[in-house]
Amino acid sequence: MAKLILSLDGSVIREIPLNKDRVTIGRKPQNDIPIENLAVSGEHACIVTILDDSFLEDLGSTNGTLVNGNPIKKHILQNNDVIEIGKYKIKYVVEAGTAAAAPADDFERTMVMRSPVKPAAPAPKPAAPAAPPPTPRPITPAAPPPPAAATMPKPAPTPATPASAPVPAPAAAPRPASPAEPQPLAALQILTGAVAGKEIELVKNLTTLGKPGVQVAVITRRPQGYFLTHVEGASFPVVNGKALDAQARQLNDHDVIELAGVKMEFFVKR
Amino acid sequence: MTSLSAALEVATATHSGMVRSHNEDSMAADADAGMAVLADGMGGYNAGEVASGIAVELIRTELKAALEGRAPEELNGQGAEQLIVEKTGRANNAIYQAAQSQPQFSGMGTTLVVAVWCDNRMSVGHVGDSRLYRLRGEVLEQITRDHSLLQEQIDSGMITREQARHSQNKNLVTRAVGIDPEVETEVHTYPVQPGDMFLLCSDGLSDMVTDEDIQLTLSSLAANLPLAAQQLVQQANDNGGRDNISVILVRVTQDFAARTGMLDKLKAWFR
Repeated sequence: MAKLILSLDGSVIREIPLNKDRVTIGRKPQNDIPIENLAVSGEHACIVTILDDSFLEDLGSTNGTLVNGNPIKKHILQNNDVIEIGKYKIKYVVEAGTAAAAPADDFERTMVMRSPVKPAAPAPKPAAPAAPPPTPRPITPAAPPPPAAATMPKPAPTPATPASAPVPAPAAAPRPASPAEPQPLAALQILTGAVAGKEIELVKNLTTLGKPGVQVAVITRRPQGYFLTHVEGASFPVVNGKALDAQARQLNDHDVIELAGVKMEFFVKR
Repeated sequence: MTSLSAALEVATATHSGMVRSHNEDSMAADADAGMAVLADGMGGYNAGEVASGIAVELIRTELKAALEGRAPEELNGQGAEQLIVEKTGRANNAIYQAAQSQPQFSGMGTTLVVAVWCDNRMSVGHVGDSRLYRLRGEVLEQITRDHSLLQEQIDSGMITREQARHSQNKNLVTRAVGIDPEVETEVHTYPVQPGDMFLLCSDGLSDMVTDEDIQLTLSSLAANLPLAAQQLVQQANDNGGRDNISVILVRVTQDFAARTGMLDKLKAWFR
């Protein structure tokens, strides 16, 4: 479960667990997190939590809401985000405690959320025999359409249901990692032909070379380096005097490529 | 039913990814019959493979037989859509029954995307978060809309597409084949143009490779479809390969209008 840490001028005032679907922040006392300060609007912001995601929304406040220094209207909270309302700071922290036991692999498996609003099946529904009981945690998002009781259709090998498992650590969060360390920029220098001397920087993940319909090759940028692969045409590209086969070939600094009658040199810029 | 192998070029690639030990995706593509089906199974132990395997095998054989038994004019639009719904329903039954009767398969299910090409049209049916994209000219468009919690959040305006990339709820689908006695398949039909390229894929691709990189790969490697398919899988793995990755590419090389002139109709009448 995630929590909020409310602080003013560096000293912690209180901690608030995000155990409700909707937590409101504002100056009025009926807010879940009341903040007695004139810079705070009566109903200033709210945090909606669905499964493991928490969404912060500014409710049209006069002085606005900042996350990590940037003004926001809506924002998906990430671990250690700092929300600023007036002079108050609220840190959003995902606790790595309870479900760290659930293997990361299990956490990412695709699961089905059954929606109760679904047209009822004609047959009496033998509510998923041998399947585990519905997750204890009620999941009724305030805003989105499906008030869904999530059940996990698979015979759970572990008692911890992934649906209620908080992220163990931000590092394990399932997000498309852009290649860890970007490749040093490389380029091609055309050595012969009409455009001799021209330089082509390999800034994209794929750069195609040659004449469509005659001979085409592609240079792909990968975490391991740059690779040259034949795409189409009867003849294959030549690197340092040797013709390629259908396999990709890794390029080294100062390799000379011959393609469709043009020579070019591959080199690493930095 | 005429063969479409002259008009459709097909390539496939699949990989278990960098994290998973086995591949729970299944797929089949048939240029001759003009159909492609891809499924991403879920369930404990081997049940995910079983579920996606049942769905693909059943739909492949039954859909192919049905397509071959019918004249193209019966198949344009509604006819093909009905077939897709019917066969998906049959797959749903088969998986559901197997899950009911054998405890080790209890609760298994699968996402599904099925496409049929006929008479210059494509009909696509889907359940869950396996997708179909179309590249037309330089423009890549996602044709199917996921049945997932994330998509519902996007639709309701709670989050933007960019925020969705960082969501931790990626893996929650709101529909699947085989988990309930009935399944609701979403089907649509679209006109097709020569040069169109279609991509069917599991979420192992779409979660790991951005739409921009998919677009770049398909448009630059259109001349070598098998290489394009391999490149997509490789990029997903280079970015972490957190799930099984499966792709089917179908490129339309020429017009495939059904012959519906008077003479053909007359011939069909006497057949």
